[in-house]
Amino acid sequence: MIEAPDLSLAALAPLLFVFGAACIGVLVEAFAPRDVRHPVQVAVALVGTGGGFASTLVYAATQDLSAGGEITAGGALAVDKAGLFLQATVAGLATLAMLLFAERGLDPARSAFVAAAAVPAGSPRDRELATATRVQTEVYPLALFAVGGMMVFVTANDLLIMFVALEVLSLPLYLISGLARRRRLLSQEAAVKYFLLGAFASAFFLYGLALVYGATGTIRLGEIRQAVGEDGGDVLVVLGLALLVVGLLFKASVAPFHSWTPDVYQGAPTPVTAFMAACTKVAAFGAILRLLYVAFGTEEWTWRPLIYGVAIVSMVLGAVLGLTQTDLKRMLAYSSIAHAGFLLTGVLGLGADGAGSGLAATMFYLLTYGLTTLGAFAVLTLVRDGDGEAGHLSQWAGLASRSPLTAAVMGLFLLALAGIPLTAGFTGKFAVFRAAIEEGAWPLVLVAVLASAVAAFFYLRVIVLMYFSPPAADGPTVGVPGIPTTVVLAVTASATLALGILPGAVLDLAERAAIFVG
Amino acid sequence: MTLTYYLVLAAILFTIGAVGVLVRRNAIVVFMCIELMLNSVNLTLVTFARATGTVDGQIMAFFVMVVAAAEVVVGLAIIMSIYRTRRSASVDDANLLKY
Repeated sequence: MIEAPDLSLAALAPLLFVFGAACIGVLVEAFAPRDVRHPVQVAVALVGTGGGFASTLVYAATQDLSAGGEITAGGALAVDKAGLFLQATVAGLATLAMLLFAERGLDPARSAFVAAAAVPAGSPRDRELATATRVQTEVYPLALFAVGGMMVFVTANDLLIMFVALEVLSLPLYLISGLARRRRLLSQEAAVKYFLLGAFASAFFLYGLALVYGATGTIRLGEIRQAVGEDGGDVLVVLGLALLVVGLLFKASVAPFHSWTPDVYQGAPTPVTAFMAACTKVAAFGAILRLLYVAFGTEEWTWRPLIYGVAIVSMVLGAVLGLTQTDLKRMLAYSSIAHAGFLLTGVLGLGADGAGSGLAATMFYLLTYGLTTLGAFAVLTLVRDGDGEAGHLSQWAGLASRSPLTAAVMGLFLLALAGIPLTAGFTGKFAVFRAAIEEGAWPLVLVAVLASAVAAFFYLRVIVLMYFSPPAADGPTVGVPGIPTTVVLAVTASATLALGILPGAVLDLAERAAIFVG
Repeated sequence: MTLTYYLVLAAILFTIGAVGVLVRRNAIVVFMCIELMLNSVNLTLVTFARATGTVDGQIMAFFVMVVAAAEVVVGLAIIMSIYRTRRSASVDDANLLKY
């Protein structure tokens, strides 16, 4: 007789919301007539992600979490405080990303997404459809499945669940990054690269899983910790740990596993890039934190040098290569690689006994970075020329005289990414650096501060270009955003300012949420 | 017969797959090499299941197969879409995005 696992529906409610909405989205695709599909899909997607966000908050507010959280679904999921914080971050950012997906007013082509993905790019039929009102509305359920995967990913208490969640979040992302309406060849190429490299990385993760299973006889994170603690971990555990971490660092776009990032960020439709940059980062770092702290907390001195090294490589490489970019989306991609390095400084800020402020600092940084980068990509969708978005740096010259508000908002996001005080970026950086110094990793923080200084140069260069250069004669136009994009810009810009000026409440929340169970 | 042989075979297959991903140029062949890596993982899992005397590893192998099948669907769809435009599945021809 097999007993059914215990399911805590309250703890699973956020996931049920998102996956339920995704399944409804698939049904809408099958049964709703084409002309109502887009509004219906947008509504379903917003209810799904918004409901997921609200239900994490309700659960966290109403349940007694004094034990840190609960382990449910037969031990497969650990819905703990840190997991809830990360789930809420993912769902909240995804709600904003869904609004960006839904924007139809900016582009004369009516959407950022292709009308019919099956039509070969450049064919006569494709040119006919270029300005058609129809949209490949499958992007909404696909994105919802990705969000669901991310939310499972940050609460996975089991390496196998982690792997399945990794695939559930990755496979839809591969598809939707290939669905841009303009520059379709670039978009398809980005999808192929992302897919092949992503599948390659998940094979590494999987081999790591197999080796850890062989060495410890279990794949539950808590049991791995016990098994490793007893015999100190043999060579199989170390190899397995390294392979698992490589698979996760790939998703988090940490150098030297970053080679897909610039290409995919540039080629994918900008709303999808915003979604990936914000949400995937949160999910991947959530999983890295859980894996390293819960499963391999006793194996600290094995992973610490590894993370130390890749953090330095990532920060330096992101900052230096960011300097040479002429395309804004690519520049933000290298910025994301540098930020992954800064986040790893926070990961190192965990004490040997599980104390230390590293976990809280990293979670706070993820929130601030996600909001800021989402906003920055939202501004990119506004500045357009005849061929879609004007991504080349030279086209942004003198933007302030053409549209002072757009330039000011972009300036705010760039200052926040650079980590200038009074913006969210500064508070986040301060938190992770402080956590790392407390653990004695001051050489790393020194490198991080130098890398920030280098990176600040390329952010400030854009601001100087916008404000102090004469506008180009055939410069881009600044589109008037519709309601969805306006909401996203308002929320992200005010949050970036608020978390910079008055971060106390949220920092405190992150501090209290910094508990893993398992 | 000792189980180590199976583990070594799996490691060799994994390496062949990984090297194949890095050196082959056709997207389909690259993809087949990734599948080879996944299957070598399956062999490892089943061997360890035998070694530890539990069925967990065998069940995990089933999960891997299902995920690999889903990956094939998505992957071939993406490769097909680029092939229909370019009439080529070479990863060297897809070179619009660089630096």
